[in-house]
Amino acid sequence: MELIVALIVQGLQMLLVVAVAPLLVGLVRKLKARLMRRRGAPLIQPYRDILRLLRKEVVLADNASWLFRAVPYLVFAATWVAAALVPTFATGLHFSWTADLIAIVALLGSARFFLALAGMDVGTSFGGIGSSREMMIASMAEPAMLLAVFAMALVAGSTQLSTVAQFMASPHVGLRVSLGMALVALIIVAIAENARIPVDNPATHLELTMAHEAMVLEYSGRHLAMIELAAALKLVLYVSLIACVFFPWGIASGTGSAGAYGLGLLSYVVKLAVGGILLAVLESSIAKLRVFRVPHLLGTALMLGLLGTLLLFVSRGL
Amino acid sequence: MNATAFDVAHMLAGSVVLVSFMMLYQDRLLALLNVFALHAALLSAAVAWQATIQGAPHLYVTAAIALFFKAMIIPAALHRIIRRLGIHREVEQVVGTGITMLAGMGLVALSISLMLNLTASADALAREDLAFALSVVLLGLLMMITRRNAVSQVVGFMSLENGLILAATGARGMPLVVEISVAFSVLIAFIVIGVFLFRIRERFDTVDDSALERFRGDVG
Repeated sequence: MELIVALIVQGLQMLLVVAVAPLLVGLVRKLKARLMRRRGAPLIQPYRDILRLLRKEVVLADNASWLFRAVPYLVFAATWVAAALVPTFATGLHFSWTADLIAIVALLGSARFFLALAGMDVGTSFGGIGSSREMMIASMAEPAMLLAVFAMALVAGSTQLSTVAQFMASPHVGLRVSLGMALVALIIVAIAENARIPVDNPATHLELTMAHEAMVLEYSGRHLAMIELAAALKLVLYVSLIACVFFPWGIASGTGSAGAYGLGLLSYVVKLAVGGILLAVLESSIAKLRVFRVPHLLGTALMLGLLGTLLLFVSRGL
Repeated sequence: MNATAFDVAHMLAGSVVLVSFMMLYQDRLLALLNVFALHAALLSAAVAWQATIQGAPHLYVTAAIALFFKAMIIPAALHRIIRRLGIHREVEQVVGTGITMLAGMGLVALSISLMLNLTASADALAREDLAFALSVVLLGLLMMITRRNAVSQVVGFMSLENGLILAATGARGMPLVVEISVAFSVLIAFIVIGVFLFRIRERFDTVDDSALERFRGDVG
């Protein structure tokens, strides 16, 4: 019986991330529109978009290989697994032993690898330029994320996300300058990986500086729906990751009661909303960087992650 | 000593190292001076915190000297100098920011590993403090050799001296008179350098020291 309950709670978490992902995207879009004094599409518009895309016919280029058709499902599956591993409303769920931070980075990395391959598959120039830029961004963002992960793992003594979140919620964590640096590094990586404004503009398909949108330009129909859902999941993943590691308040631990889960769920929704609001305000208040300035921003993240890790070696407990 | 006190000391000294990196990166002169003022202010906070947890009241004097001279007088004077020199809008050509940053990281790693090996018997607070102080000193040296502009070399020198103050607070029993004399010799050095800047400028119409290379005699 306990096993069944544990599996159900775990399944709920997996469904929760995929159900809430388009809503978060809708919230960010709505807030950005309101900040520009437009009315904006309703909050549920991303759900409608995905449903509409699922019904539409797929248009494939003549020279598209099997890879092009397989990639949307691969990307969606890898991103969904990664997003479902991050503790949202509770830590210590049934499959939390698989939620290793390095595994999450690897899942996201393989999703990105396949998407970049698909971008080059058809052979259009936009896809190629998008892939090359995505790889340029990834070559800096991924090490920066790993270094931030190392800083967190050194503090918590584990790379398992559930353990890390539990440690961060306990009073043992103290006041760590390295965690502050890791937080800033992770925020920069999250902005870059989600193709958000200082790095890339998610709202346009017609800009020469775009990276992510250029890569998926050839997709249509249900393939595009998978990719859009994967992008929304990735945003939820990063917001949940930052929330559960740096702001673990209210998160239920282990086999909690229904009340604890309810509180965890409530605080999770509040955290997602706060993350969405902050993202919308950030995106509306700054201009996009030139592509060749992006490495400077990501270099800052890399440096902060590295410095945070280095400083830990003379800190308490190591 | 409780854990929070140590964490705060670690945080303040770590922030000083971080601001050293910001100085390495910053290529606008006025912004560089502001970052330098922040460096000195953080240093003074770190020293004051050390004074509290070590119970050494004379360190408050050191903190006050750092705050007054390093965070206010010297940045203000440098502001005046670069305005008088007319170079306050200049964007400096910093050679290879990425490589400089990586070199800086290497220096921090070097000083931390050095201190971990050398001071195995010392207490954690002194180790942490000495490791960060050595990093700040080395980063100041790195800044002096990567910059061409004489004013930013002066800033590098001053930040190096901040590292020395940080080291001095970590080493218990450093008499106050030593610190005061160091502070004043830096002030004298600053005045001499200030006069020197104007002389260089008078001679060569620039404070970029690549203009001096001609006179080294080893080129052509």
